[in-house]
Amino acid sequence: MPEQNSAPRMLTPDVAAARAGQMLNTARWAVDRFSKTDAQIVKAIVKAMADAAFAKAGEYAERAVRETGYGRVEHKIIKNQGCSRGIYDKYADLDFVTPRIDHAKKTVELARPAGVVFALTPVTNPVATVYFKTILAILTRNAIIVSPHPGAKKVCADAVRTLSVAAQAAGAPPGLIQIVEEPTIPLIDHFMKSDEVDLIVATGGPAVVKAAYRSGNPAIGVGSGNAPVLVDDTCDLRKTAQYIVGSKGFDNSVLCTNESTILAFESVADRLLQQLKQAKAHICKPDEVKALRKLLFTEKGFNVEMIGKDASVIAEAAGFRAQNAEILVAPVDLIQPEEPLVREKLCPVLAFGRVADFHQGLAAARSVMRKSGKGHSAVIHSTDERRILAYANAVPALRIVVNVGCSLGASGFETNLGPSMTIGTGFAGGSSVGENLKPDNFINLARIAYNSSASEPFGVFEGLERDTLPPPTPSIHTFPVSTVSAPEDGQDVRAELRKLIQEELKAILVA
Amino acid sequence: MFDYSAFSFEDKEQLYAKARAFWNPGKVDFWRGEGIDLVIDKRQGYYLYDIEGRRLIDLHINGGTFNFGHRHPELVETLKLALDHFDIGNHWFPSAARTAFAEEFLKTAPGMDFCVFGAGGAEAVELAIKSARYATKRRRIVSIIKGYHGHSGLSVATGDARFSKIFLADRPEEFTQVPFRDLGALEAELKKGDVAAFILETIPATYGFPMPSVEYLRGCVDLCRKYDVMYIADEVQTGLMRTGHMWGWQAYGIQPDIFVSAKGISGGIYPISVACMTERCAAWQREDGAAHITTAGGSELGCVVGLKVLEMLQRPEVVVNVHAVAQFFAEGLAEIQSRNSDIFGGIRQKGVILGLEFEHPEGAVYASRALYENGIWAIFSSLDKRVLQFKPGVLLDAPLCQEILDRFNAAMPLLRQRLAKASRN
Repeated sequence: MPEQNSAPRMLTPDVAAARAGQMLNTARWAVDRFSKTDAQIVKAIVKAMADAAFAKAGEYAERAVRETGYGRVEHKIIKNQGCSRGIYDKYADLDFVTPRIDHAKKTVELARPAGVVFALTPVTNPVATVYFKTILAILTRNAIIVSPHPGAKKVCADAVRTLSVAAQAAGAPPGLIQIVEEPTIPLIDHFMKSDEVDLIVATGGPAVVKAAYRSGNPAIGVGSGNAPVLVDDTCDLRKTAQYIVGSKGFDNSVLCTNESTILAFESVADRLLQQLKQAKAHICKPDEVKALRKLLFTEKGFNVEMIGKDASVIAEAAGFRAQNAEILVAPVDLIQPEEPLVREKLCPVLAFGRVADFHQGLAAARSVMRKSGKGHSAVIHSTDERRILAYANAVPALRIVVNVGCSLGASGFETNLGPSMTIGTGFAGGSSVGENLKPDNFINLARIAYNSSASEPFGVFEGLERDTLPPPTPSIHTFPVSTVSAPEDGQDVRAELRKLIQEELKAILVA
Repeated sequence: MFDYSAFSFEDKEQLYAKARAFWNPGKVDFWRGEGIDLVIDKRQGYYLYDIEGRRLIDLHINGGTFNFGHRHPELVETLKLALDHFDIGNHWFPSAARTAFAEEFLKTAPGMDFCVFGAGGAEAVELAIKSARYATKRRRIVSIIKGYHGHSGLSVATGDARFSKIFLADRPEEFTQVPFRDLGALEAELKKGDVAAFILETIPATYGFPMPSVEYLRGCVDLCRKYDVMYIADEVQTGLMRTGHMWGWQAYGIQPDIFVSAKGISGGIYPISVACMTERCAAWQREDGAAHITTAGGSELGCVVGLKVLEMLQRPEVVVNVHAVAQFFAEGLAEIQSRNSDIFGGIRQKGVILGLEFEHPEGAVYASRALYENGIWAIFSSLDKRVLQFKPGVLLDAPLCQEILDRFNAAMPLLRQRLAKASRN
């Protein structure tokens, strides 16, 4: 026997890139049809999607945790439910289809869907982000191709299929919602650079976001978070501690809106630590802090092994015990970017620093956000409006949430910012949007604008549908009907019928 | 100067003169006479370019040969990579490429047992007829009037006299034709007991795609079963997703004993054809495997390409695309037809197979010309010149389909003018 070479004897072309092109064509077909759909049908389709997604919230939460190893099932269920039926309830009554008539401005706004949306979803909030982006895209009559993080590709593929099947059953065209089943960097690059993509919506690490913006296509990418939490001497410390522990422990901090570093007024710091402990936080001793620092921050940056792990698991990995702890609080002396523990930590570890007064608190908050988190979120627990305003003016965050947990507060579930799995970090955070991603981000508006002079009256657009022009009139010509013998049965009857119809039409036109 | 390194021509006139002198004067004169001055040069996707640079959108696609468009990059790369290892192969021996292709092909065709390969459609039809004769030990073959199955000895004898008589290749004693959509006439022939096979294009292309009813096709199959006649489905133009199903017979829910695939299965880049058949029809291979020999048939390069063609066609996004193209033209052409019903009489459609009826005995010849002048190449049906063959490829995208419709629309006034003039003469 000759020696077997493991290399294939014949090579074949890369199927993935070829399929990408065809998926985009298919999406174009679907969106051409879907963009003409009226509001009622769109609503029915989105409702069907939301219901199907809601029904699978638990199953996918469990599978997401199993596939990625990140987060907590009970919290992922909440996010999956919030990003399915929750999003539907929030936006279903907003109409992104029907023309908006403004008599005062003499304008009519027509929603113009982006077209084909290419959506990158993260490993940390895989299914919730798939739900969220897909429902928003369909609500605004776009087609969407979802490219999940490879670490969550299986559960995301099934989630997309669930949405797609439900949408189609409710009347959406096939191909409207598609999934990149085997995402690779070259393939994602191929999609992002394609002229056939109208909008990229990128959630993920900074590299992904930068690549989206570099692609040359319109893109919405969002930067990473690193939220400082200022706790002053006017707030209710017990409630504050509960908010913080609940939020930091929520899904083990995989939401980018999770708290990074507490900045406590010196005068309340010890009492706050007591309350945190009461709320099931483990307050780390100095050697435990040292061990945590070593565990979480390697030469390559944050230790991804620890993302979304339980507090007790992280403690054990660091060499100490913290049974039943929801979060680990790590007191630090230095609140500057060179202290790794004040950086973004997608795990239930919270840095804790003391500030002498409000002004030192502002400086510390800015220090926390100096290296990362610009444009993202910040928290203040206070009842002093002047401090709240000053804080909001001073920190480079675009959402400053007050007396609420940041994970669900800044992401809009427990505030009125609009529930979102994609947090716009604005110009400061390298993004084109500064708000929580919402349906409006998926459309442009075409505006009919009349002469503003009173001498030109505004038209009456009420009651007019998209295409209310009468169908084109058949052109009637007296053309000799051919005398060729018909090759099939019924040809004579058809010719006769046609003649009759033409005569009728002529009669109508004359009348 | 058209310089191709290995050969060159001064200009189009010189090329025409030489083509006329050395190749086929009849064809050269015919097209020039029709005002179609096309010498195809560059080709890419669904575009053809005349040697002088003019672009045309290809809706002829040679009966599905260019189903994926011209020189589809994935197919071209597949063939190039295959050439690093394979050539046409040696037909005598078992081959990895041929075996793999046969296995995959049969997965698309439940109920079938063997693939017998050829190089072109006519060869596959020969194989089908020979196999049916072997299975039944009968000789006579029934086909439909205006049917078409190729130009080789047995295949041409099934077809229209136009193509057989000129070569004295008609064989009336062995080949009988009955009218399409006439089960009575078919039964009258089959009941004589000497018929080996009934062969039918699932939708007769050269006849202008008159649509069969499900009842008719099922009736044909039932009659064949009743008289133990092999039913041969010619799927050269109706196979490979063109009806919206992999094979046309599947679209109509019938089960042939043999079906024939060619044209599109080659990807338009390496000739190959298949006669796919049941164990009973293929049984001659057990008696004498070398009873039919073909050096170029089932070439290994063709098999690799064919395998890729099947894989591509079964991708979910391609299946969706076929239906989208079909729906787009169903709606768009119906709208144009309603506004031009004086000249544009009707639409025959199954999937992306369309026949457009024009109101003149040679209406489709005029339509072909009017479309040509508007940048579209679509050919009339040879055996029914009222009907234009309108054959979009399965990978057409939405913008190009819209362009086709817009160009079609633009051609209507010109066509009306021409038809009016033709009718006056």
